[in-house]
Amino acid sequence: MQITTLTDLEAVKARGLAQLYPEKPKILVGMATCGMAAGAQRVLETLQKRAQQLHWDGAVEKTGCIGFCYEEPLVDLIIPGQPRLTYARVDQEFAAEMMTAVAAGTVPEENFLARLDVDDMILDGGPRRFYEGALSGFVAQAPRYEDLDFFKLQRHLAMRNCGFIDPDNLEHYIARGGYFALHRALTSMTPEEVIEAVTVGGLRGRGGGGFPTGVKWASCRKAKGWPKYVLCNADEGDPGAYMDRSLIEGDPHAILEGMLIGAYAIGSTEGYIYVRAEYPLAVKTLQRAILTAREAGLLGQNIFGAGFSFDIKLNLGGGAFVCGESTALMASIEGRPGEPRAKYVRSVEKGLWNLPSNLNNVETWANVPLIIAKGADWYREIGTEGSKGTKIFSLVGQVKNVGLVEVPMGVTIKDMVNLIGGGVPEAREFKAIQIGGPSGGCIPRELWDLPIDFDSLWDAGAMMGSGGMIVMDNSTCMVDVAKFFLDFLIDESCGKCIPCRLGLKRMRDILEEFSSGKGSLADLEELQSLSEAVQDGALCGLGSSGPNPVLTTLRYFRDEYEAHILGRRCPAGVCKDLITYAINQELCNGCMACVRECPQGAITGEKKQPHQLDATLCIKCGACFEVCKFGAVEVS
Amino acid sequence: MSISFKSLETILERHPPSPEHLISALQDVQARFHYLPKEAMTAVCDHLGVPVSRGWAVATFYKSFSLEPQGEHGISVCMGTACHVRGARNLYDKFRRDLGLPGEEGTTRDRKFTLRQVRCLGCCSMGPVAQVDEEIHGNLNQRKAGQLIKLYRKR
Amino acid sequence: MVTFTINGKEVQGQKDWTILDVARWEGIPIPTLCHHPAVEPYGACRLCVVEVDEGRRTRIVISCMYPVKEGIKVRTDTPRVQNVRRWIMQLLLDESPASSYLKELAKSFDVKPSRFQKAGVSFACHLCGLCVRACQEVVGIQALTFSNRGLKKEIASPLQMGSKDCISCGNCLYVCPSLGMEQLYARMRA
Ligand SMILES: Cc1cc2nc3c(=O)[nH]c(=O)nc-3n(C[C@H](O)[C@H](O)[C@H](O)COP(=O)(O)O)c2cc1C
Ligand code: FES
Ligand code: FES
Repeated sequence: MQITTLTDLEAVKARGLAQLYPEKPKILVGMATCGMAAGAQRVLETLQKRAQQLHWDGAVEKTGCIGFCYEEPLVDLIIPGQPRLTYARVDQEFAAEMMTAVAAGTVPEENFLARLDVDDMILDGGPRRFYEGALSGFVAQAPRYEDLDFFKLQRHLAMRNCGFIDPDNLEHYIARGGYFALHRALTSMTPEEVIEAVTVGGLRGRGGGGFPTGVKWASCRKAKGWPKYVLCNADEGDPGAYMDRSLIEGDPHAILEGMLIGAYAIGSTEGYIYVRAEYPLAVKTLQRAILTAREAGLLGQNIFGAGFSFDIKLNLGGGAFVCGESTALMASIEGRPGEPRAKYVRSVEKGLWNLPSNLNNVETWANVPLIIAKGADWYREIGTEGSKGTKIFSLVGQVKNVGLVEVPMGVTIKDMVNLIGGGVPEAREFKAIQIGGPSGGCIPRELWDLPIDFDSLWDAGAMMGSGGMIVMDNSTCMVDVAKFFLDFLIDESCGKCIPCRLGLKRMRDILEEFSSGKGSLADLEELQSLSEAVQDGALCGLGSSGPNPVLTTLRYFRDEYEAHILGRRCPAGVCKDLITYAINQELCNGCMACVRECPQGAITGEKKQPHQLDATLCIKCGACFEVCKFGAVEVS
Repeated sequence: MSISFKSLETILERHPPSPEHLISALQDVQARFHYLPKEAMTAVCDHLGVPVSRGWAVATFYKSFSLEPQGEHGISVCMGTACHVRGARNLYDKFRRDLGLPGEEGTTRDRKFTLRQVRCLGCCSMGPVAQVDEEIHGNLNQRKAGQLIKLYRKR
Repeated sequence: MVTFTINGKEVQGQKDWTILDVARWEGIPIPTLCHHPAVEPYGACRLCVVEVDEGRRTRIVISCMYPVKEGIKVRTDTPRVQNVRRWIMQLLLDESPASSYLKELAKSFDVKPSRFQKAGVSFACHLCGLCVRACQEVVGIQALTFSNRGLKKEIASPLQMGSKDCISCGNCLYVCPSLGMEQLYARMRA
């Protein structure tokens, strides 16, 4: 149906609420990419089949990802008058059992993760309890979400709907307060007031640079030229970050609504979303959301009868990290190779087709409706002095609780790793976090009281980037990490300017000398001056921030570089030219696992006899190390 | 190698003849044929009114296009940061060894497999990760990789 | 007219001029590689970098594209500028250590081939793109193009065959500063 008035919106909201808080029980399966990879599709099918067999009177639906990626597949059970119950690592077998139990009027106790008593419903007038009165039985004892370390410091603002709604269902989105902010902006605010709110709210770009969003909008509004374009950067190139994907897969309308509000403020009628083609589910979700919004009249001509028109096209990225850079992204939308150009004339003045264009990141857009709905002052309260609001991080790498984490700005690294992340694996030591992707840097344990916000990270030589946070322990070699990022950038460089094309390669060559034991201390000076030349000389952000991973590791882990250069050894046991594998004769109990696995036949031995490794045949592939259950394979 | 003109026509019909649709039209060709046949590339460029040289520049710039026919099964090994710190490099070398590929990426002689590196499949929680055709396999190690290849060889 | 300073000297330029335009006019030397008066600036070689004090901040920009602004202070020879130029020369020279043209240019920077120099290469295309740009902007066709990216980036004839758009005008040969174009030219006309 067409939504053109507040009354229409209220009517849809009522319908949506009846679906979100039904009178009958309901089961939700997390079906974002991470859930799917863990087998959510099969779980969903099992639940549906079993429900049919048992003639169960309830609904089985899909939803997005709430962030507990390490516990996927997640299944939520919503029974009227009960808290919402979350089950983790659900497989087909348990799904069938669960349905049987639920159909019989009980709730299973296995695989239980946590219960949720109150739904924040931040956009819609405040919290809503799932039940009244006292709980009984197992549920009363069950841990609440707030009791889980992973959740303690979190605050889901941008992810407000992820894991609560069916992303394809517009009614669900509206039920939780969606599109009311747009209505308010269009009917009771001038474009200038919208920009003012975003500026005062202190929203800074979540795509990397942290540029004040309101300031950008204001310059684009002022710029001469027509039409103006509003663009969404969903290229998410940082290898190890996936919050934008998750937002799109969990709550696509939040992004559309943000863009609509931005377009109104800037005076734009056309928008583009540039999304990675490697995210097939995100692409489909966006396609469906745009169609639904168009059918409802929320995209197109004369939205809410306010005389404002806007529509959005979807562009698929072709697999090039550099296309996340604003000018390259625009070149790509125009159908050209993604080569950046010099930005002496800013793209808010001359961007896409040389017309004023305003580009913001997915997460930035998702924050916009919130500021309009709740007000700039409400938003300002969250976060730190210079960095307002929350930020989503993908907490990954060598840490127990891997997943998406949305926290107010200013949480310390220590809390992120030890509390939320649950620490590094047993018997390992936390060494550093890498933040900001290939443009960011590694921050060592000594600085782990550092609050995570735009400016503190910048001062430490790293940057917020899009929010990838990779935890590293003592099994990670920092020279190797620096090499890894250079490899990535060399591979992704567009190749236009010399400092980036040849300079990064030269840096890589110098590091290669270190990790093969051929370096000298003088090379460190050379590396430093080359890094500075690349920073100063490169055309775009890819090149000019490319040396950051090298410079930060040099700054904080110089001893490790020196161990490679002077001691000819790799303390973490990673650099192949500097390590050897050996079998500890005492620990080996002769299980033959490594003998079978070694591709070179370098390991020999009899059952129940300690095995022998012939170092001349060994290619250091690490296969024996992986299969040995007794820690008998040693790297030195 | 000749290509089916029928399916090419339908792709062209979907794209209005203006240069901005170059990338999306080539993406459709890639999706249909799993690579960009030269005839198709020329046809797309003629249809959109862009010089072939621009089609070539685009086709060689973006990683999602391939200029060679692909193997029956595509194996994409994630080389993202999270997977890297969990041993993706050794895993990748295992795939390469077992498939007998001389270079970094490529297609096996029997056209059964195409191996390539990708950056972050968005499943970092299960790293190291590889995607075979449409399916994602997480928490891999070298032994599991060997089993995977055996499994798909039979399919 | 826009008034500003280069190396402390007060200079003037038209509104749409670049720093390089003004410097050339004033006879202040700035080295360039990818710049050519016949085509639009491209900003690839970065040899023409200068340091600009914009009041709020000081940064390194390329003079061939940076439009002049009132009151800026430009310096063409600071340590940062020299460091960028010296490294660019070093990297280029190591790519084609035998190129007489690069050797000549490198002399003024006191740069010699390093331990990373490529063996057995007499010249290498440094992707200044003059050929591609001359073909497009001067001749008005697009017979040749950049292909690939990063280290694999090269100038190519489309589809790796003869170019059906090439009219054999030879402009690309003429503007090419290295000897890279000859082979490709033959191939395009095949
Ligand atoms: C090499 C490079 C890659 C980038 N990749 C992304 C990206 O994947 N996603 C993104 O939102 N911004 C990316 N950016 C930042 C964008 O250029 C741009 O600043 C941002 O999208 C602006 O939105 P914001 O102000 O909302 O952050 C990248 C920048 C550079 C230099
Ligand atoms: S780094 Fe491999 S899936 Fe993200
Ligand atoms: S002359 Fe300015 S970048 Fe090449």
